[in-house]
Amino acid sequence: MTAPQPAPHHDTTPHGVTVRVEACAKTYPNGARALEPITLDVARGETVVFLGPSGCGKTTMLRIIAGLEAPDAGGRVLFNGADVTGVPIEKRNVGMVFQSYALFPNMNVAANIGYGLKVRGMAKAERNGRVAELVALTGIEGLEQRRIDQLSGGQRQRVALARAVAARPKVLLLDEPLTALDAALRERLRAELDQLLRRLGITTIYVTHDQSEAMALGDRIVVMRKGAIAQIGSPRQIYFAPESRFVAEFIGAANIVEAESRDGALVLPGGTLALAPGTIAGPVTAMIRPETITVGAPDTAALTGRIDGISFIGDRQRLTVGGATPMSLTIDAPNSLNLKTGDRIGLAIAPNAIRLLPTETAR
Amino acid sequence: MQNRLIFATQLIFTLIVAAFLIVPALLSMLAGVTVNYFQGIRSGVTLQWVMQVWSLYADTIARSFVIALFALAVTLIVGVPAAYALHLRGGKLARIVEEVITLPLAIPGLAIALGLLLTYGGFGDFRRSFLFILVGHVVFTLPFMVRSVMAVFSAIDVKTLDESAASLGASPWRRFRNVIVPNAKPGILAGALMVVTLSLGEFNLTWMLATPMTKTLPVGLADSYASMRLEVASAYTLVFFIMIIPLLVAMQLFADSGQGTQRQGTRQ
Repeated sequence: MTAPQPAPHHDTTPHGVTVRVEACAKTYPNGARALEPITLDVARGETVVFLGPSGCGKTTMLRIIAGLEAPDAGGRVLFNGADVTGVPIEKRNVGMVFQSYALFPNMNVAANIGYGLKVRGMAKAERNGRVAELVALTGIEGLEQRRIDQLSGGQRQRVALARAVAARPKVLLLDEPLTALDAALRERLRAELDQLLRRLGITTIYVTHDQSEAMALGDRIVVMRKGAIAQIGSPRQIYFAPESRFVAEFIGAANIVEAESRDGALVLPGGTLALAPGTIAGPVTAMIRPETITVGAPDTAALTGRIDGISFIGDRQRLTVGGATPMSLTIDAPNSLNLKTGDRIGLAIAPNAIRLLPTETAR
Repeated sequence: MQNRLIFATQLIFTLIVAAFLIVPALLSMLAGVTVNYFQGIRSGVTLQWVMQVWSLYADTIARSFVIALFALAVTLIVGVPAAYALHLRGGKLARIVEEVITLPLAIPGLAIALGLLLTYGGFGDFRRSFLFILVGHVVFTLPFMVRSVMAVFSAIDVKTLDESAASLGASPWRRFRNVIVPNAKPGILAGALMVVTLSLGEFNLTWMLATPMTKTLPVGLADSYASMRLEVASAYTLVFFIMIIPLLVAMQLFADSGQGTQRQGTRQ
């Protein structure tokens, strides 16, 4: 993945198909509902990430698109407008990367990558050419003859990816492809994967429970919860404008402040916070990201608090501040500030950084 | 010092137990080459009993191997796909089927033989052919094949391998050939070893199912014990060992080599 080599096939024009999921629900024979009816459109060449905690239905969604599971009656899956609901996976021409990679232990790396081509009856010489191309694309030169058990986790991941895209699938489906790797490697491979997906320009559906992966890779993120879509949007929309407390808390760190809005400001134990104009009065739930809070001198500030804890992270320090809001407040402050536990500090937050959430009915 | 004492004690105990099991077999084989067993080995060593066994029972030996190979073929053709289906299907039904397949192990062979005789004994040609015995052997050995293949399937997450082959465009039959069977090889080899050994040594069932024209090795052995000199029966044991031990060793080596590569395959 590292070698910059623009092969003729990998132009950046989007290809693949549009994917439409229409009213797809999934109920298991035992009556458990894995998925509420979901309708979703994925554009050609787009990368959509299904993000959510385990058991939210994201993998079921992916398996329905792949053809590994059938949706409940009434649900349809369309590729480029053509109904493929009844088409088995082997005829859907999808590429899939599994969490465990599912590489064939009885074949070496080259045979794994070339398997889909062989199945399609591609002549050996042509197949070898294509395998070599993918080996170069994913940066695993020299490993072609290795057995699968002789590969590291990162190498396996690349082989799995190369194998999935070898036959130029219409859609690339990735099920937690980085979860099995350790943290440092995960971050590096995430960047490589991002480059590769951009270079391939193929319609991609990516499932993960890791929000930083979702942010880094997704053109759009579909946040899922309990078998339903909680929010769809670009990473920025999801991060800055969560539509619910669940999304706000699931993506990034968030302070959720429940308080009274009066005269255009939040009334808090430690003072007031100005809100954007036009905010209605009454009880509200506000979301404030830790990095949007500025620390200043306590005397002039409209809102003050007391530092209850400091954890130095390196590029910043994370403060736990009490007394300002009903629950303690998490703040990311610059690492250069000289602060200590017990200090009284002033807090400033830009009105547009305070996001009001709909008051949630019972969870 | 104490460790060595413990080791020595354990070694001696093990050797005694092993000797307890091996000595009878050795004595029996020795009796097979003794001129007169009641006078002991002093009476001289001879191959006449072995020759006599060979001339009398060569056909039962051949038949035993034919039946074992047929049983192997049938259990492979039926057992491996059955294990695959049971593993993929999973759930309660699969478990019930698995139990039913295993049931013949819990039922005395005589009872199974009786059931087969009552049901199919009337079909004369079938009753008289070695196929009748083969059926009994398949009923008895199939669970060993199915179970050892299923054990491998659950160890290698064959379901995901199957799904990934499917995502690459392989039809079910192609997946079975290219991915399922090669990766199930250790289980298939272990199962094959069991099937051949059990079939060759099976007596219970076979004794009931055999006709004078379709005796197998163990049935012939019982026959010779019952009706001939002790030396002949012992020589028979010797022949049995000579036939079966090289086969077992060869299959074990073969299975080991297959298993060795598989173990590497699953190592992280």
